[in-house]
Amino acid sequence: MVSSETIQAIQARFPSAEITEFRKQFRVCVPREIVHDVLRFLKDECGFTLIIDITCVDYLYYPKAKDRFGVVYIVGRPENADRLIVKTFVNDPEPTLPTVTDLWEGARWLEREVWDMFGIRFEGHANLRRILLPEDFQDHPLRKDYPLQGRGERHNIPVVTRDMG
Amino acid sequence: MTRMTDLPDNVVITKLDALVNWCRKNSLWPMPFATACCGIELMATGASRHDIARFGAEVFRFSPRQCDLMIVAGRVVMKMMPVLQRIWLQMHEPKWCISMGACASTGGVFDTYAVVQGIDRFIPVDMYVPGCPPRPEQLLQAIIDLQEKIQREGSAWGKDVERRPHQPPRALLADPKNPRLLVAGPPIFAQDEAANKWDTGKRGESPDS
Amino acid sequence: MPLQRSELSQATDEVQEYLWTMNFGPQHPATHTTLRLILKLEGERVVDADCDIGYLHSGFEKLAEHLNYNQYVTITDRMNYVSPMANNVAWHLAVEKLMGLEVPPRCQYLRVIVAELARIADHLVCNAAVGLDTGAFTFFMYAFNPREMIYDIFEALCGARFTNSYTRVGGLMYDASPKAIELIREFLRKMPRALDDMDRLLTRNRVFVDRTKGIGVLTKEEAINRGVTGPIARASGVTRDLRKDEPYLAYSDFDFQVCCAQGGDCYARYLVRMAEMRESLKIIHQAVENLPSGPVHVDVGQRAIIPDKWQVHSTIEGLITHFEIIMQNRGFEVPCEEVYCATESPNGELGFYIVGDGSPYAYRARCRPPSFVHFALFPHLIRGHMLGDVVAVLGSLNIIAAELDR
Ligand code: SF4
Repeated sequence: MVSSETIQAIQARFPSAEITEFRKQFRVCVPREIVHDVLRFLKDECGFTLIIDITCVDYLYYPKAKDRFGVVYIVGRPENADRLIVKTFVNDPEPTLPTVTDLWEGARWLEREVWDMFGIRFEGHANLRRILLPEDFQDHPLRKDYPLQGRGERHNIPVVTRDMG
Repeated sequence: MTRMTDLPDNVVITKLDALVNWCRKNSLWPMPFATACCGIELMATGASRHDIARFGAEVFRFSPRQCDLMIVAGRVVMKMMPVLQRIWLQMHEPKWCISMGACASTGGVFDTYAVVQGIDRFIPVDMYVPGCPPRPEQLLQAIIDLQEKIQREGSAWGKDVERRPHQPPRALLADPKNPRLLVAGPPIFAQDEAANKWDTGKRGESPDS
Repeated sequence: MPLQRSELSQATDEVQEYLWTMNFGPQHPATHTTLRLILKLEGERVVDADCDIGYLHSGFEKLAEHLNYNQYVTITDRMNYVSPMANNVAWHLAVEKLMGLEVPPRCQYLRVIVAELARIADHLVCNAAVGLDTGAFTFFMYAFNPREMIYDIFEALCGARFTNSYTRVGGLMYDASPKAIELIREFLRKMPRALDDMDRLLTRNRVFVDRTKGIGVLTKEEAINRGVTGPIARASGVTRDLRKDEPYLAYSDFDFQVCCAQGGDCYARYLVRMAEMRESLKIIHQAVENLPSGPVHVDVGQRAIIPDKWQVHSTIEGLITHFEIIMQNRGFEVPCEEVYCATESPNGELGFYIVGDGSPYAYRARCRPPSFVHFALFPHLIRGHMLGDVVAVLGSLNIIAAELDR
């Protein structure tokens, strides 16, 4: 559980941040322009030196959602279980965010996965390739408008028969 | 003239084919293509309690050149399928394939964009083992059944391999330049009628029929 | 489609001309799962490595959006298939946090027991794999024997060997039978001896120590910077253990220690895992001896569990609850909220980020897979080592492909 002093420090430093709480978990919602500054502040001055996760949610069909993609950063303290959720929103077309790989090495693959699954570009990432899907895959499958069964990619493989080998 | 009954006790008269098949079936060398959870049960089958060696199939080899039985244990996804095919092509005849588990046989619980809905769509399969995961006993049963199948068919000189009807593979027909190369054609999307038809019909066209 | 050529293999620099490129996997006995490495070698020395993953990517997270909170537990089984119980517990803990349910003590204790059994099973496999890859085949056999005992316990608890799906929203599938408790007690009696045997076989084995000591060293700073958790981080001196720092379930009731080491190399990881198994045995022992009585799921009135059959057949509340939960358009009451909930799985921090939208299906269920984060370490750890050390480092990271790729 993050102490209230930390929360106040964040609020004082970034007045535009919206801080909410649910089940004893604090979430800091910030505009996308300052998300890098907020994360740097958390890392350098509040001791959240552990990047736990970077993920994304596609709010296309979510009730009362205003923006399409919410990118979620979860940071933690390595000496105890404190963690903080930082969230920001981006929109089509060309959803982009600054990379945080300059702060954490561990963010490399996490950002690549978000690019692969949601198509959100991280500017400044050294090697933003697909990570889980084949390089010639055309879509971003965790977007809500992509069907569960796919668009036929799983059948697009040549067949090998008995007389070939 | 020698009557059959005059043969000494330790002489057996049989067909050469039957003898060869008998040898083949009792010395299967499996190639464990273990991708997911079923691979753990495959390991358990090889370990001491279930002991696959009782059926002469304990020599797991990881080089496809040395194996004649491929056990595909676990789901195969579209990124893995070309690898599986290449390994299958590297194995020498006579060779057999067991598809172990619901995922390898039908896609199982994973009816998603990435998982191949049954490896038999893309490579030949001899035995299917149901279950998620199959118990080791089930895999052993499949090996016993496969042994029966081996005993029934096949010949010493591989005539049956030559006699197989030539089936041109479907997807490669479109690519006359390199008919034996494992490359995907241009992506087929669901708007394309042909891609949708693949999903539902034509499962009967089993490669080794 | 052709196998992807990596950028590494296309290096044309004159400086790199004498370097070799070696492909390792995706189907290779020493990877144990399906992952692919592209190593750049200078003689026997690994200059650089590139990881190519996704050979088992089967769309778990997309599937989560189409299955309800109880159905998805079957998919979590298949995520880390070496320790499925730990995943079950982690998933339903997150769901219960989202719904605001508190499970009764007996359920908490049983969940602790199965999670710790899963931890032992996982560490056994991991250490066995390290042993196998470094040439200790007997050790592998010794380690796999107790695993069968754990399978027997799970079978007695829920009927399946390792795709258990034992937990439910707000409780468990079944209560533990006396037979299962008896099996657990027997396991507790036999396991310390098996561990001693394993210790004697390998811990001071010259060959093993030479092949793992000083190999793949991860410093504390690097571990934190790269987001490493679990036994790998603890082997580097990070004392983070969610069971102590944020006691979920009933972990605050038990007396156990967090196992740490300083070395940060493969040997330290092996030692941490061995020590953790003993601590887990301690926890299981305390949990079994103090197992509270009572129900194993929340009250039927909370609309979270399917009531017993006799309740459905003989009481009107039971019938209504059953109906409410089973019907497609009813189901659980879930707030339109988001939570992140993590547990200390055998591999590290296993967390679920769930977005609820009021329906019984998760709007999004992200899994934070420890293997994914740990595998990203690999190029960093192997740089400068020999080709033969690749398997030792890989084994000590304990990469489970299904969790890596999901
Ligand atoms: S059939 Fe079941 S156990 Fe086997 S790979 Fe598929 S999900 Fe895993």
